[in-house]
Amino acid sequence: MPEATPTDGPEPGDDGVQIDLVSGERMDGLTSMEKIRLILDGVRDGNIVILEQGLSPDEESKLIEVTMTEISPDEFNGIEIETYPQSGSSDGGFLGKLMGRSSGGSKKLTVIGPANRIETLHKDETLISALVSRR
Amino acid sequence: MGLITDLKDSIRRVTDGLFSATEPKRIGIYGPPNAGKTTLANRIARDWTGDAVGPESRIPHETRRARRKENVEIERNGRTVTIDIVDTPGVTTKVDYTEFLEHDMEKDDAVRRSREATEGVAEAMHWLREDVDGVIYVLDSTKDPISQVNTMLIGIIESQDLPVLIFANKTDLDDSNVQRIVNAYPQHQVVPLSALEGDNMDEVYGKIAEYFA
Repeated sequence: MPEATPTDGPEPGDDGVQIDLVSGERMDGLTSMEKIRLILDGVRDGNIVILEQGLSPDEESKLIEVTMTEISPDEFNGIEIETYPQSGSSDGGFLGKLMGRSSGGSKKLTVIGPANRIETLHKDETLISALVSRR
Repeated sequence: MGLITDLKDSIRRVTDGLFSATEPKRIGIYGPPNAGKTTLANRIARDWTGDAVGPESRIPHETRRARRKENVEIERNGRTVTIDIVDTPGVTTKVDYTEFLEHDMEKDDAVRRSREATEGVAEAMHWLREDVDGVIYVLDSTKDPISQVNTMLIGIIESQDLPVLIFANKTDLDDSNVQRIVNAYPQHQVVPLSALEGDNMDEVYGKIAEYFA
């Protein structure tokens, strides 16, 4: 049986907003490019994608790069992405690096949406408040 | 087997030493659009070589290609460091051509500029992953430093273990707030400056010589 994709199921109404909450477990089984494709396919459909565990810094770098190649006038302006800012020293420490934990905010809940539909109202170390407009 | 491995390691250490002594470090100047990256790159290049790197503008995404100024030799406090300055396009996650229309641009020009800007950002990210040895991260000290792009980029730089200096630019403006940047990124050295006015450049060059030697 084929695996369900986030966009399967009933189409949201014209004034609805689809939100895909993607578990860390689901992302763990994907390669970097598969993760980026999953995010951008959802966002280009107008959805808000929420990642339970975020992306690694390298994946974030590639997400920016691929997003730039897909921007097209009057069609896709890019993405809005928010994670909680890091608090204090963020290098993860020597033990963190030894254990393979990369620095730079991975494993943090991440909200991604189309740049023309999501606007961040407030962000601090414990709260992200965003306004999502309808289609 | 062990002897050959030791020998190879010794040769590599010697050749690495030779290259590090002769090859200039490539220092990428990164940051969000309109932080003053090109103004800074031009200030450094003019002070030490007499030439500029590229045109400056108030319109976002004036720099749409990474530009390199080679062999900039900076001497401070008995230290000399030779660097290649790489001025990069401002990094963002979105580019909307209609924003350029507000700067009295025709639609065709605005679309072309936005397309070049997206290519430039992608290029800047590629340079960051592959081709720079250190980073000067430029922030506009009149703006909130905890934007997502800043958080992500500094995270990416940290993950690559690149030496990084954060420059709090535009201190000549009334609403400049350097402390806000220090508080946002306490793990990094923050240097205040005005690249436009040339304020605090002695400390800037001292830190560059110290960090990227």
